[in-house]
Amino acid sequence: MTRFSVRTVRAPDRAVEPRYDLSTRLGALVLPNPVLTASGCAASGRELDQFFDVAALGAVVTKSIMLEARSGRATPRMAETPSGMLNSIGLQGPGIDGFLEHDLPWLRERGARAIVSIAGGSVTEYAELAGRLRGAAGVAAVEVNISCPNVADRGLVFACDPRAAASVVSAVRDRSAPTVPVFAKLSPDVTDIVAVARACVDGGADGLSMINTLLGMAIDPDTMRPVLGGVTGGLSGPAIRPVAVRCVWQVHAALPDVPIIGMGGVRSGLDALELILAGASAVSVGTAVFGDPGAPARVLTELRHALVDRGFAGVRDAVGHAHRPSET
Amino acid sequence: MSDGPLQVRGEVLSLRRAGAYHHLTLVAPGVAERTRPGQFVTLAVGGPESALSLRRAFSVYKGSPRGVYGGTVELVFAVAGPGTAWLAAQPPHTHVDVVGPLGRPFTLPRASASATLVGGGYGSAPLFGLAEVLRSRGCRVDFVLGAASQDRIFGALDARRMSSTVAVTTDDGSLGTKGRVTDVLPEVMSRAGTDVVYACGPMPMLRAVSAVAAAAGVPAQCAVEEAMACGIGVCMTCVLPVVGDDGITRMVRSCVEGPVFLGDRVRWDAVGTVPPDTYGAPPAAAAQAART
Repeated sequence: MTRFSVRTVRAPDRAVEPRYDLSTRLGALVLPNPVLTASGCAASGRELDQFFDVAALGAVVTKSIMLEARSGRATPRMAETPSGMLNSIGLQGPGIDGFLEHDLPWLRERGARAIVSIAGGSVTEYAELAGRLRGAAGVAAVEVNISCPNVADRGLVFACDPRAAASVVSAVRDRSAPTVPVFAKLSPDVTDIVAVARACVDGGADGLSMINTLLGMAIDPDTMRPVLGGVTGGLSGPAIRPVAVRCVWQVHAALPDVPIIGMGGVRSGLDALELILAGASAVSVGTAVFGDPGAPARVLTELRHALVDRGFAGVRDAVGHAHRPSET
Repeated sequence: MSDGPLQVRGEVLSLRRAGAYHHLTLVAPGVAERTRPGQFVTLAVGGPESALSLRRAFSVYKGSPRGVYGGTVELVFAVAGPGTAWLAAQPPHTHVDVVGPLGRPFTLPRASASATLVGGGYGSAPLFGLAEVLRSRGCRVDFVLGAASQDRIFGALDARRMSSTVAVTTDDGSLGTKGRVTDVLPEVMSRAGTDVVYACGPMPMLRAVSAVAAAAGVPAQCAVEEAMACGIGVCMTCVLPVVGDDGITRMVRSCVEGPVFLGDRVRWDAVGTVPPDTYGAPPAAAAQAART
């Protein structure tokens, strides 16, 4: 019976589409569909829930949580750039206590799956955050934002050094519940992303998220000074999508068994499909939310159509498809 | 949820020049019914394949729940970049994605209070809807409108129709008194016996108006115009330092906790910075390291 229903789905018949199986697997975690929010682009889900049901997404990836409350950086914090934006927020947030008290319970009550992003300035801080999350109900996975300056190493960003990245991931893996997958979020600002990816997997990462923003900068021609209060900022949006596709492609080619959450400039179902074809098992929608608060729900609908139209039996069938020799 | 923002496919009904500004009327079903004075809407600009990926925020000039074309919202804006230039060039029937209403509206005073409304440039736009509501509650309304020049004063006729007095100031003296709104505000307030000031305009004006109101011992409700990326509270770009009920300064989102703030709660002199005593502010050394 099951076999038969799979065949029915394979025909691109829009009438049966709502039953189309979009589930995807991220290590031990199975999600009902592969569309997620992106860290820092959805807060903790509450605001977006005014526009669509956040529980209908594969998961909500939270803004990066730190141990202490943070005020963030001075304004201006944002500059619009061609097909994208620069941001220099400085991880403003309530800290882990506020998150555990208000945000995580809300997500759980709402029925949303939470992938909690964590950020710190030292290996110890990351480990402590993982420990705090271990006892908390409703954590589907942990995403480790390693694009933070290492206070102990002259502010060198963890994600730019394979050894530093691995030590953070390994500390988080050790302190997290064994059943909760740990994903390392990689920066594209490295010479060899495969080397960092490998180091993180060797350090115990169950999967990889890529890509974080690219470091950029803008100068105002009128004031002739940097636009951002923080001088440099992270570049995101459709402008960086080809970089994301390249990173996912390279890492999936080198480590085909490691699940990848792809992100970087996704604003349509076809953009999401592109990352899946490159090797991603799930896709985060980030900056597109700023232009269209309904974007994640819309991307999910469009992706479903795109998969059905191409005759894929499901998401898993499409992951890494672009690496396979074409059938001519 | 019924009072929350909607995302609707809007349509340009008309676009007219208003001095140096543009006056846009959009059909946006459902949005006008929910909008209260001081709230704003955001628009997607540039069309579906646009390289402009962030929304533009505009305070609502008028909202008409019923009409021949369904509910409409009216906005007033200046061309300040490629997004507003695109908007100013759209013919009727262009589809524009509208999200709103957003933000907290002005708080209304007790009945029969005397309210003085101060608008800078097209920042006066949200004050006319407010004036209508105030008058329906039996409040006295006086207007002070200021701008760089005559063509940048918006709504002087509207103001005359719905208020006891209107004072106009321009930097170049091309209309009204030559000078700033705060040059005439103390006199207007003493004549009107002002109980509350409402203001919308550029930051330096709001700062100066707040100081005048504070000196007179009168509350000022200021609607700020901060740069926003999302307008719905997720991006954290439109923050400014605001003192809470507990006396603690926090970096507060002007889109969801504003755009209307009490003038004596905003640390106007520190806008654009994170004051060292802000909740969660980094130690000075760490702030230095974070900039490198």
